[in-house]
Amino acid sequence: MYRSIFISTAFHLLIIITTIFSLPFIAKKPLDLPPIISVELIQITDKTNIPFAPKAQKIIDKAKEEEQKLVSEQAPPKNVKKIKPEAIPLPDQKVDKIKKTEDKQNPEVDDNKVKQVSEFEKKEIFDPTDIAALIDKSKENLAETNIKSNKVTQSQDKSMNLSGLTLSEEDALKAQIFGCWSIPLGLPYNENLLVRIKLKLKPDGTIIDSEILDHARMNKPGQSFYKVLAESALRAIQLCQPLRVPTTGYEKWKNLQLNFDAREMLEG
Amino acid sequence: MIKIHKILILALFFCSSKSFALIEVDITRGNLNPLPIAVSPLFSDKKSNTDLKTDLNIENIGEEISTVVENNLKRTGLFNPLEKKAFLQNPDLAHLKPRFEDWSLIKAQALVTGQVKFENEKLRVEFRLWDVLAAKEMMALAFTTVPNNWRRVGHIISDKIYERLTGEQGYFDTRIIYVSEQGPKTKRIKKLAIMDQDSVNTKYLTLGNELVLTPRFNPTNQMVTYLSYFKNLPRVYLLDIETGIQEVVGDFPGMTFAPRFSPDGKKIIMSFAKDGNSDIYTMNLESRIVERITNHPSIDTSPSYSPDGKFITFNSDRSGFQQIYVMKSDGTNVKRISFGKGLYGTPVWSPRGDLIAFTKFRKGKFFIGVMRVDGSGERLLTENYYQEAPSWSPNGRVLIFYRETKSNDKGEGFSAKLWSIDLTGYNERQVPTETDGSDPSWSSLLSN
Repeated sequence: MYRSIFISTAFHLLIIITTIFSLPFIAKKPLDLPPIISVELIQITDKTNIPFAPKAQKIIDKAKEEEQKLVSEQAPPKNVKKIKPEAIPLPDQKVDKIKKTEDKQNPEVDDNKVKQVSEFEKKEIFDPTDIAALIDKSKENLAETNIKSNKVTQSQDKSMNLSGLTLSEEDALKAQIFGCWSIPLGLPYNENLLVRIKLKLKPDGTIIDSEILDHARMNKPGQSFYKVLAESALRAIQLCQPLRVPTTGYEKWKNLQLNFDAREMLEG
Repeated sequence: MIKIHKILILALFFCSSKSFALIEVDITRGNLNPLPIAVSPLFSDKKSNTDLKTDLNIENIGEEISTVVENNLKRTGLFNPLEKKAFLQNPDLAHLKPRFEDWSLIKAQALVTGQVKFENEKLRVEFRLWDVLAAKEMMALAFTTVPNNWRRVGHIISDKIYERLTGEQGYFDTRIIYVSEQGPKTKRIKKLAIMDQDSVNTKYLTLGNELVLTPRFNPTNQMVTYLSYFKNLPRVYLLDIETGIQEVVGDFPGMTFAPRFSPDGKKIIMSFAKDGNSDIYTMNLESRIVERITNHPSIDTSPSYSPDGKFITFNSDRSGFQQIYVMKSDGTNVKRISFGKGLYGTPVWSPRGDLIAFTKFRKGKFFIGVMRVDGSGERLLTENYYQEAPSWSPNGRVLIFYRETKSNDKGEGFSAKLWSIDLTGYNERQVPTETDGSDPSWSSLLSN
C-alpha cells in the first residue's frame, strides 16, 4: 500500500519536475514568430566613466554603507548562547583585526541584551571582552564574504546572458548565410527538413571543422533528400567563408551550431 | 526502488540540458536561385573524334554530349549551367583532376567532367560530378554503348546528376508521345508522333488517315494506348512502339475513349459510352476480362489510377457540374474532391502519389492546376485562353500539356503547342515540336 503510494507520488513528482524543466526545451519555438526587429542593448559597465557629483558620491557611499549593514543583519546570532560556555579567550590575529575595525562603544553589555538588539545596534555595542561575540562576528564576516561571492556569481550570470550572440550579430550571420544557401527545390514538402551542423571556427570566421549532427540519417533508405539538403547546407557554409562573426568574444562562439531548416521556404 | 532512482536521475539528466551552452543559430531562409553548375565538355581524343566523325557526322562527340546534359539541366530551372567561355581549365586536364580554385573563381558550385573513348566499335563515356566548394568527388560513372546511342548517354548522365543534386529521380531519359497536327483548323491531319523529351528524334507512328486522340504511355514498357476511329466509331487502340503492331482494345458495342494504363501496365481503364450514358470500365490485357467500375446515369470519364493502383480519380457531372472524384479501384467509396468554382476535368494522379493535376475552366479561361488527393491545397499553375490535358513527368515534378491559340472566323491564326511547367509554377517553357502538337503523354524512364 505505502509502496504504491510512494511510487505514485514519485511518478507524479517526476512528471511535474519534467514538465517544469523539460517542456520548454522540447517544444522548441511553438509559434511562428514574425521577423525580429533588432535593437542593440548597450551594456552598462560596472564603473561608469562619468564623474560623480560630490552629492551623488555621498549618496552612493551611504547606500554602500547601508548595504554593508544589511549584510551584517543576515548573520545568524542564534549560536551565541551555545558557544558562550565553550568560548576560550585566546588572542587571535583575526579577532584583533576585527577589533580594530569594529566600533568599541558600550563595552559592558551582556549577552542577553546582544541577543535582543538588532544586528545594526549590535555592531555599535560591540564587547571586546566577549570572545563569543567575536566568534560570532567572524561568522558575520564569513557571511559577508559569502554574499560577496554570491554577488560575483550574479555578475557572472549577467555575462552568461551575453554568452550568446547579440541580435545584431546573429542577424548579420543569418543574413550572410541566407545569401549563400541555395535550397534544393526537389525536396519533399512533408518531411523533416532540419539539418544541424556544428562548426569549429577560427577567430577570423573561417571554418576549422564542420560536423553534421544527424549524420546517420543520410544513409537511411528513403532519406536520400536529406543528404542533398545537408550537402547544400555545407556548400552554403563553404561559400560564406569566412563567416561574419563578432570581432570579440571568440571563446563564446568558437563552437557554433547552425540549424538549417528548409521547410519554411518550401511551404511559404 | 532502484528503478525510481534511475528514473529520477534520468529526469535530472533531462533538466540539465539547460546548461548546454553551445550557441545555436537558426537558418530558416535561403535563396531559390538555380545552382550554378559548370558542365565541362567531355574530353575526347583526336583518334576517337575522327573515327566517330565518319559514323555519326559529329565533329566533337564530347562537346555534343555535354551540350545535351547542359540543356537538360537548364530546362529544369533548378540549375544554371555556366557559360563555357568562362571556363579556365581545359577539358583534357579537368577530367583528370579539376583545379577547384579555377572553378570556384567562376562561381561554379558543381562541376561535371569526363571523357569519351571510341574502342572496339563501342562508345565508352566516363563522367564525374564534383562538389567544387568541398573539393571532392560526388559521383563517378562510366557507360559503354553503341555510338548511335550517344544522346541517350547524355540523358542518363543528366538523370544521374539531377538525382545526386536534388535527391529526386530524374526525367531526362524519357520520351513524349503526342498528336502531331498539320493543316487548317477545319481540316486537321492528326498523326501520332513520338520524340525524346528534348524534342529530338521525332518519329511518326501513324499515317494520318484516321483521327487520333489522347495517346497514353504504359508506365512499365513502351506500349501506347490511344483513341482512333474504327468504322466511324471512336475506339481505344493499343500500339507497340517497337514493333508498330496495333490492335483494338475489346469489342464494345459503342464508343470507348479516354484510355489509360493501370500502374502495373496490365489493365486499361477507359470510358465506355452507350445511349448517352458514359461509365468507367477496365480491361485486363492478358485475360481480356472487362469489368465495370462505375454505374451512374451521369457522364463519368477521364479515369486515372493512383500509383499504388488502389484508387481511381475521374471526373463526373453527377453533381450537376463537372467535378473531380476519387474512388477505390473497385468503384466503391466515391468521394468528390473538387469544390472550387468552375468546372474541373482531366484529373491525373502524380507518379509520386501526392497530387492530382487537373484542367479547370472558369470565366472563359482554362487553368492547369494541382491539388492534394483529398482535394485540399488547390494551386493553379498557369492560366490561358485554351489549354488542357496535363501529363506528369515520371518524377512528378513537371507537367506537360498543350495550349491552343485563338483563331479568327476563318480559322486563321490557330496553333496548338506543347508546353511544360514545373510545380513551382515559375518554370514555364514551350516544348518545341516539328509540327503543331496536342495531347502529350510523358513516358516513364527508359533505363528502368
